[in-house]
Amino acid sequence: MSMNRREFLKIAGISTVLGIGGITAASGLRKNLVEASQVKPSSGALKAKRWAMVIDMSKFKTDDDYQRCIDACHRAHNVPNISNPKQEVKWLWKETYEHAFPGQEDEYLSEEIKHLPFLVLCNHCTNPPCVRVCPTKATFKRNDGIVMMDMHRCIGCRFCMAACPYGARSFNFKDPRKLDPGLEKNLEFPTRTKGVVEKCTLCYERLAEGLEPACVEASKGGLIFGDLEDPDSEVRKVLSLNYSFRRRPELGTQPGVYYILGGKE
Amino acid sequence: MYNGGKIIIGIIIFVGLVTFPLWSNMGKIEVKPDPKTDTAEIMKLPENERVCVEATTFMKKEHMQLLNDWRDWVVRDGETIYVNATGKEYTMSLQKTCMKCHSNKTKFCDVCHNYADVKPYCWDCHIAPKEKEI
Amino acid sequence: MLEKALKGGTRYWVWIFFLLSVIGTGFIAYLYQFKVGLGITGMSRDVSWGLYIGQFTFLVGVAASGVMVVLPYYLHDYKKFGRITVLGEFLAISAVIMCMLFIFVDMGQPLRVLNVILHPTPNSVMFFDMLVLSVYLLLNILVGWTVLGAERKGFPYPKWVKPFVYLSIAWAPSIHTVTAFLYAGLPGRHFWLSAIMAARFLASAFAGGPALLILLALIVRKYTKFDPGKEAIQALGKIVTYFMITNVFFLGLEFFTAFYSQIPGHMHSFIYLYSGLEGHAKLVPIMWLSSILAVIALAILIFPQNRKKEGLLAIASVSTFLSLWIDKGFGLIVGGFVPNPFEKITEYWPTVPETLITLAVWAIGFLVLTILYKIAVSIKEDAVFDKYGEKQVQATNK
Repeated sequence: MSMNRREFLKIAGISTVLGIGGITAASGLRKNLVEASQVKPSSGALKAKRWAMVIDMSKFKTDDDYQRCIDACHRAHNVPNISNPKQEVKWLWKETYEHAFPGQEDEYLSEEIKHLPFLVLCNHCTNPPCVRVCPTKATFKRNDGIVMMDMHRCIGCRFCMAACPYGARSFNFKDPRKLDPGLEKNLEFPTRTKGVVEKCTLCYERLAEGLEPACVEASKGGLIFGDLEDPDSEVRKVLSLNYSFRRRPELGTQPGVYYILGGKE
Repeated sequence: MYNGGKIIIGIIIFVGLVTFPLWSNMGKIEVKPDPKTDTAEIMKLPENERVCVEATTFMKKEHMQLLNDWRDWVVRDGETIYVNATGKEYTMSLQKTCMKCHSNKTKFCDVCHNYADVKPYCWDCHIAPKEKEI
Repeated sequence: MLEKALKGGTRYWVWIFFLLSVIGTGFIAYLYQFKVGLGITGMSRDVSWGLYIGQFTFLVGVAASGVMVVLPYYLHDYKKFGRITVLGEFLAISAVIMCMLFIFVDMGQPLRVLNVILHPTPNSVMFFDMLVLSVYLLLNILVGWTVLGAERKGFPYPKWVKPFVYLSIAWAPSIHTVTAFLYAGLPGRHFWLSAIMAARFLASAFAGGPALLILLALIVRKYTKFDPGKEAIQALGKIVTYFMITNVFFLGLEFFTAFYSQIPGHMHSFIYLYSGLEGHAKLVPIMWLSSILAVIALAILIFPQNRKKEGLLAIASVSTFLSLWIDKGFGLIVGGFVPNPFEKITEYWPTVPETLITLAVWAIGFLVLTILYKIAVSIKEDAVFDKYGEKQVQATNK
């Protein structure tokens, strides 16, 4: 039979497309094995419409007050200790006032506030720019307000890191297990692998078991956690009694982490 | 044949490449996979309670899909509990449920995976239970 | 038509093998990056995008600039561009391929790239970018190949090509606007949060792309029997001139807003880039180089008597291209991340493996360009054109 090269290539190309397309269609039509009615949240889970946190700075006096919270978080989630600061991974850490609240610079600020370390973390914004930009919905907003990370789906494009106005996100530039081989791991929680972005996820796994976030538990009252949309919650009570401020509220992100200076009960 | 020499050499190289898996494994002993389910945790259970989340035949064929579904339900939908075909409830978690019984990854999971030459990347992140050195 | 790329003289094959060796070296560097992770680059938690994304940004502009030769010829019947449109379209193809490769090498989990298609997210600008770039690539391949194929057979191109040409004309500015939107919509980055980002991108694209096309046209004329046309090159020179003036003007506008308002957030990145901030000044020398190159380019381009001398025009084109490449392919990206959201400074400079991978992607782009140009030139050499670039005599070869 005589066929010229062009026809051969055309037939080969169309066969490939039909073959791949056919297999994809066939597998998509496969019967769904498991019914959605077979899953449910656990009965003891903590529920909310909009989780938020209030950081009461008056309860943070010693180094240990801060470190307890940071260690509780990082230990519970296998956050590695990476020596190269350029590639560090951190979910909860300290910054001084001028760094946590840029745009509020004031050389006549009280010395006490100037040097007071503030705990910073992902703000779980109600209008998060990181969720807006993620091309795969690997980071997404849950119904309870948590800005969640799906490590399985993240392609490591780091668009969310560019979008976050709070610098809350860390990227795994290398394999964290190799960078911190001696890390004492929490065997109930995974690590991450290279090439994905990570950040605080408000201890969704603990909330599912009826426990408050690790940092809140370790803070001995320094971190108040609750549902902003529940008028009877502790966070609402604290916010109604104290002057509170958030990081960069003018950007419209509606952050869920509030700071108060004096602890009026 | 026009350009005959080049074509015949090309065919020989092509056949060689395509049959590479066959002749490169000649002489190697083939061990049929025999995953062990006699871990200490499983042995502690009474015999009639030594059942997996779903039936063995189902798990053999579909554990990959089940794990994928569990992953999406836990991470993306915020669900926690799985109700199996007999009505029993399990927490959907590889580390906290599956690996609690099947605590011998090298003698259980890896046996079939190595045989089939698949490398699931779950273990890049999910921590396998520590196994005793024999 | 591809077989035309397999016939060439010694010089051609030396060039091909040089490109292949650069690609090979970079590929090995990429295997290293694939194994160890993006930690082998100079990027950091603070500067999370670097050379790869910078090159992608710059090359989308080069790809979009194809419209600068397609629009006058197909839409306004500007016959002088008759011999050069296919060179513009093929440059666009090569540039888009480089863009896609730069995105690929920048991914932390490249094997999951298909997630963008499997889980489409219309609110994400990056999703749109992937879509528009893919369509643009297909458009240019379709139009360029069909028109060239028709020319080879000695027929005018089929009528159905025209709507696709019009679509590509509208599509070209869109791809670069979407790329600008990657930056211009991020609330935390004041250096990028500017309405004229897209306008700046388009101005620099339409200056830099045609500048490269001028150089390529001159090279094609020197090394082959095909002459894209003196008047076409002069017209491109005028395009580069006006858009370079616009680009510099737009940069001036940004400077004004930042420094007249005296808002620290707006000024800091400019101060870091051009003067250094708190002792950190790594990028200052190359940013000034970019400015000096722009001045040199404009000093030549503004005066018609300079533009008419093709030697000077070539120098101006090189100067324009390099100036924009530094500004858009490096300074713009790094500047957005310095200072970081905490007003702290982490500097960035690419590492050796990062540079090798970058060079390899450029080499792949040039390889594609060489092959496509070889095909186009071989076909066009057979045809004879009148002084307006209109084909007079049918092709004698098949």
